[in-house]
Amino acid sequence: MSRYVLKRIFMLLPVLFGVSLISFSLLHMVPGDPAELLAGEDANPEFIQALRKEYGLDQPLYLQYFHFISHVIRGDFGISIRNREPVINLLRDRFLFTVQLSFISILIAGFIGLIAGIISSTKQYSLFDHLSMVGALFGISMPIFWLGLLLMLVFSVYLGWFPAGGKGTILHLILPAIALGASGSAVIARMTRASMLEVIRQDYIRTARANGLREFIVIYKHALKNAMIPVATVFGLEFGYMLGGAVLTETVFSLPGVGRLMVEGIFQRDYPIVQGSMILVATTFVLVDLLTDIAYAFFDPKIRYE
Amino acid sequence: MNETKVIQTGQIAEVWRRLKRNRAAIAGGVIVLLFVLISILAPLISPYPPNEGDLGKRLRPPSSENLLGTDPLGRDLLSRVIYGARISLQIQIIAVSIAMVIGTLLGMVGGYYGGKLDHLMMRLMDILLAFPGIFLAISIIAVLGPGLTNLMLAAGIYSIPQFARIVRGSVISLKEKEFIEAARAVGENDFNIIFRYLLPNSMAPIIVQTTLRMATVLLTASGLSFLGLGVQPPTAEWGAMLSNARAYLITAPHVATVPGLAIMLVVMGFNLFGDGLRDSLDPRLRD
Repeated sequence: MSRYVLKRIFMLLPVLFGVSLISFSLLHMVPGDPAELLAGEDANPEFIQALRKEYGLDQPLYLQYFHFISHVIRGDFGISIRNREPVINLLRDRFLFTVQLSFISILIAGFIGLIAGIISSTKQYSLFDHLSMVGALFGISMPIFWLGLLLMLVFSVYLGWFPAGGKGTILHLILPAIALGASGSAVIARMTRASMLEVIRQDYIRTARANGLREFIVIYKHALKNAMIPVATVFGLEFGYMLGGAVLTETVFSLPGVGRLMVEGIFQRDYPIVQGSMILVATTFVLVDLLTDIAYAFFDPKIRYE
Repeated sequence: MNETKVIQTGQIAEVWRRLKRNRAAIAGGVIVLLFVLISILAPLISPYPPNEGDLGKRLRPPSSENLLGTDPLGRDLLSRVIYGARISLQIQIIAVSIAMVIGTLLGMVGGYYGGKLDHLMMRLMDILLAFPGIFLAISIIAVLGPGLTNLMLAAGIYSIPQFARIVRGSVISLKEKEFIEAARAVGENDFNIIFRYLLPNSMAPIIVQTTLRMATVLLTASGLSFLGLGVQPPTAEWGAMLSNARAYLITAPHVATVPGLAIMLVVMGFNLFGDGLRDSLDPRLRD
């Protein structure tokens, strides 16, 4: 197991290197002098020169990358062009907010997806099965931002049950989390159903039934445990997609997340903000993926020996 | 040669026979067909020009004059949704073509040659996949800058890894087959083996992926336009129209309803049709 974990961590390094390289090259791929870009509009020549020295922008590219990455590793993403504040200070709260939102989303998506998937598989071709699979089709086909607008229209504007935007209480997060989690719950429901149907047809389930075990025990103790292994990987992946997709729900509900910060950064040409957001979100996603894979290998020994 | 044609025609007939029995796939196919027809016929069927508005008629609810109502600038919503189909289809075709051509090439070459080249390509794909979902497209826009052309490029690059992985998998399983060995034995060169033998035999997963990706690309592209990173006003694009509608959610909810419904229906159509195609082309590919 430890060999597998080490191998998996080793495979991560080139990916993280690539992510840092893309983020680093951002400043060099947009037209213009990087020092002038970092200084912002109307900056005086002395300030531009000082920045050039500070960031080592007068040095060869590989040294600049080394300078960049050595700071990033220490959590230093530079200074925001607009606010003149360290990027990490701006990113921290925004990022934690997006993680919190994605976490609530995956809880909602998991709850709905698992229940719908399990019932659908035990009652295959029933009305419930058909309805939940149609629901799943809507879930994967609805744009997050449109679902967000509809939820806001119905539950905030017409019914007044939830606030229409902003942050503060858990109530502020419910509608955005549902909008963000809809497609995840659809994927989890489909995956759970497929996985359960496969397990239910196995010999050991037939044996458990033949031994006279109650159907409830057969499904929830024997089938579910084994069916959950592939579903667990979907959870990790969907959580990552939520981190990335959160920008849409954050925009609809005017929430202060890292995705919105990045999009604002793109509009304002605040490159350090964009670079920091890219690295932070991609690294988190890669780490979540790593943890999912390790968990998968822990539960399914076949994977470790591949 | 003739024999090959007969076999191919037989296969197509078989696929069509299976597809016809799948009602969900047919429904999806009809939606896709309607979407394509509306895109092509937009100038003929659209009641008004999409970008011309009458400020005196702003935010009107649906009426006999404006079947779906008007938007905040008094433009006819139905006309804008019809023209929106055109721009969406254009984005989908260009983006998916970019992804299909580059992804297929990478997957073919990597899978066929294996070794370091394959390793390098797959690590490159891993790097792209490290950016979750739409975040990858946003990151590409961050580098390229907002706008329609860059949106198509971003949505295209965003979909390359999916094609590369699927084609690579297919090539790896095919290249050990006897007919490839036979082709090598009669002295076919690598180019011919890749394009005359491996590519035609990998078409099923490529076609399925192309159809399903049309759905994902529409969701991504309209999402980017919603964020203001894609198609810019006054072009009628569904995501941008929704972004515009946010401020009028209370006073004119119909403005936010129609473009979203259009995106959902088209995405659903491609998903249903793609799933159906997958089951018909190769029942083994089924989830």
